[in-house]
Amino acid sequence: MFPEILRRLVATIPVMGVVAIAVFALLHVTPGDPAVIIAGDYATSEDIAKIRAKLGLDQPFLTQVGIWLGRIVRGDLGTSIYSGLPVATLIGQRAEATIALTLFAMVISVSVAVPLGVLAAWKKGSLVDRAVMVFAVSGFSMPTFWLGFVLVYIFAVSFHWLPVQGFSPIERGFWPFLRHLILPAVTLSLVYMALIARMTRASMLGVLNEDYIRTAFAKGLAPRWVLVRHALKNASLPIVTIIGIGFALLIGGAVVTESVFALPGLGRLTVDAIIRRDYPVIQGVILVVSGVYVLINLVVDLLYVVLDPRIKY
Amino acid sequence: MSSSIHVLNTSLGGGLRPPSEPPPGIAPAKPALEAEHLSRGARIIRFVRRQPTLVVGVVVLAIIALGGAFAPVWWTGDPLEMRPIERLTSPVAGHWFGTDNFGRDVYTRTIYGTRVSLIVGATVSILGLLIGTTLGLVIGFYRRLDAVMMRVMDGLMAIPAILLALALMALMKTSVRNVIIALVIPEIPRVIRVVRASVLSLREHTMVEGARALGARTPRILMFYILPALAAPLIVQATYICASAILFEAYLSFLGAGTPPHIPSWGNIMAEGKTYVQLAFWIILFPGLFLALTVLAINLVGDGLRETLDVR
Repeated sequence: MFPEILRRLVATIPVMGVVAIAVFALLHVTPGDPAVIIAGDYATSEDIAKIRAKLGLDQPFLTQVGIWLGRIVRGDLGTSIYSGLPVATLIGQRAEATIALTLFAMVISVSVAVPLGVLAAWKKGSLVDRAVMVFAVSGFSMPTFWLGFVLVYIFAVSFHWLPVQGFSPIERGFWPFLRHLILPAVTLSLVYMALIARMTRASMLGVLNEDYIRTAFAKGLAPRWVLVRHALKNASLPIVTIIGIGFALLIGGAVVTESVFALPGLGRLTVDAIIRRDYPVIQGVILVVSGVYVLINLVVDLLYVVLDPRIKY
Repeated sequence: MSSSIHVLNTSLGGGLRPPSEPPPGIAPAKPALEAEHLSRGARIIRFVRRQPTLVVGVVVLAIIALGGAFAPVWWTGDPLEMRPIERLTSPVAGHWFGTDNFGRDVYTRTIYGTRVSLIVGATVSILGLLIGTTLGLVIGFYRRLDAVMMRVMDGLMAIPAILLALALMALMKTSVRNVIIALVIPEIPRVIRVVRASVLSLREHTMVEGARALGARTPRILMFYILPALAAPLIVQATYICASAILFEAYLSFLGAGTPPHIPSWGNIMAEGKTYVQLAFWIILFPGLFLALTVLAINLVGDGLRETLDVR
């Protein structure tokens, strides 16, 4: 098992290399001169030259790529054009809110969506099943930020149950921390929930037709026991896979959700950087987020062994 | 399945696509023509009964499209006209959806916003499909290209689509054209993956072998043997790309990196309304409802097509 983990980790290096090169190459493939666009409408030619030098755009392309990759390997993500601070520091400052938000959303979605999917598959064709499917399709179609505003309007503006916006770090007490995160996490979890519920239902439907399920029912096991221990366990591979893949949705949604709820996370950092055309920060966030995404999917791959003893590495 | 990075064919807003490789898309043999004697009306009714999702989706989408295409007809005014005296008016007879902080009519702006969304959605899905299919066919057919290109695609798909689109917008001026570019690029690797998977399985098919034996060259085989088999899965994929492009355009505009502020797009209207959630919730409520309904209709069309065309 251990050598396999190592091998897989090594295999992520080329993927991350492509991410790094792609993020860098965007500077060159986009129409127009990026230095001019980043410098803004009122920049002097001196400012533009400075930015060009800072981004390394004044050197041949391959040299630039080499310098860029070398810096990443050393853990140097560059410095922000706007604030002059190292990008790694900026990301470190903003990580807490995003991690808290995505983890919370993940917990909510999985704990709601999996039971819903199981129930829908078990009662296939029933009203419950249809309701779950309608919920799943609408979940995909709902704009995240709009849902956020609707929830704010109902629970914060009208009923005053929860705060409208903002973030309270966990050091300042767990309850305020949680209160500030409930609405954003629920907002963010909807798409993910829809995705997982739909996959759980589909995967369970495939398993529920198997002989061993009929046997389990025939020998008089309680339905709950059959569904969880016999069916869900065997249907779990695609579900775990979609949880890993769907993480991309969660991160994308977090960017928008943080903007709605004024959470000081990576999403806000990115959006602020875009408005200021602070490209090094955007590069850094993309690299870190993609890295986390690749690692999560690596963990999912390794989980297969735990979930299905037939798979051996 | 070797690695889950290989199955990143899901995108935001798109319906769930199965993580396994899609089938070659060869339609199963049609059942015998049992209902030849049915009248046209009866056939339509039967089709509606059998494909309610598809029909509902198409009808809703058609209504929305007509709304946008003939926007001036539907008792709208000038979407850019400001009437400061009437600013932040709640929904009343003259302003069905209220007015925004410049006194512009939210109803008018919402109806006009349909145009931007549908144009972006349609263009992104068509361009994504054209570019992705072309590249996918070539990559899938030439083994040497395949190994390298698929690593590149894995890397590109490891970047969450919305972040890639945002990064692209940071490097370009805001315009509808650039939004389309920023949304097409993240979709291309996903289309390539679907196409390439089908090409790989079809390449070994007997019909391809036969065509080769008869002297057909590669371009001919790609055009007349592989591409037709791909049509059904690609049409389904196009609807999901369209749905997610419309959502993403709204996200980008909402975040201030999408269509230029003077264009009334749903994302822009809501972005302007976000400061007034407590005072004038209608500025956000109505465009969002239209957006959700549009995306829902397209997703329903996608789900319906998937069933009708028998795409797994």
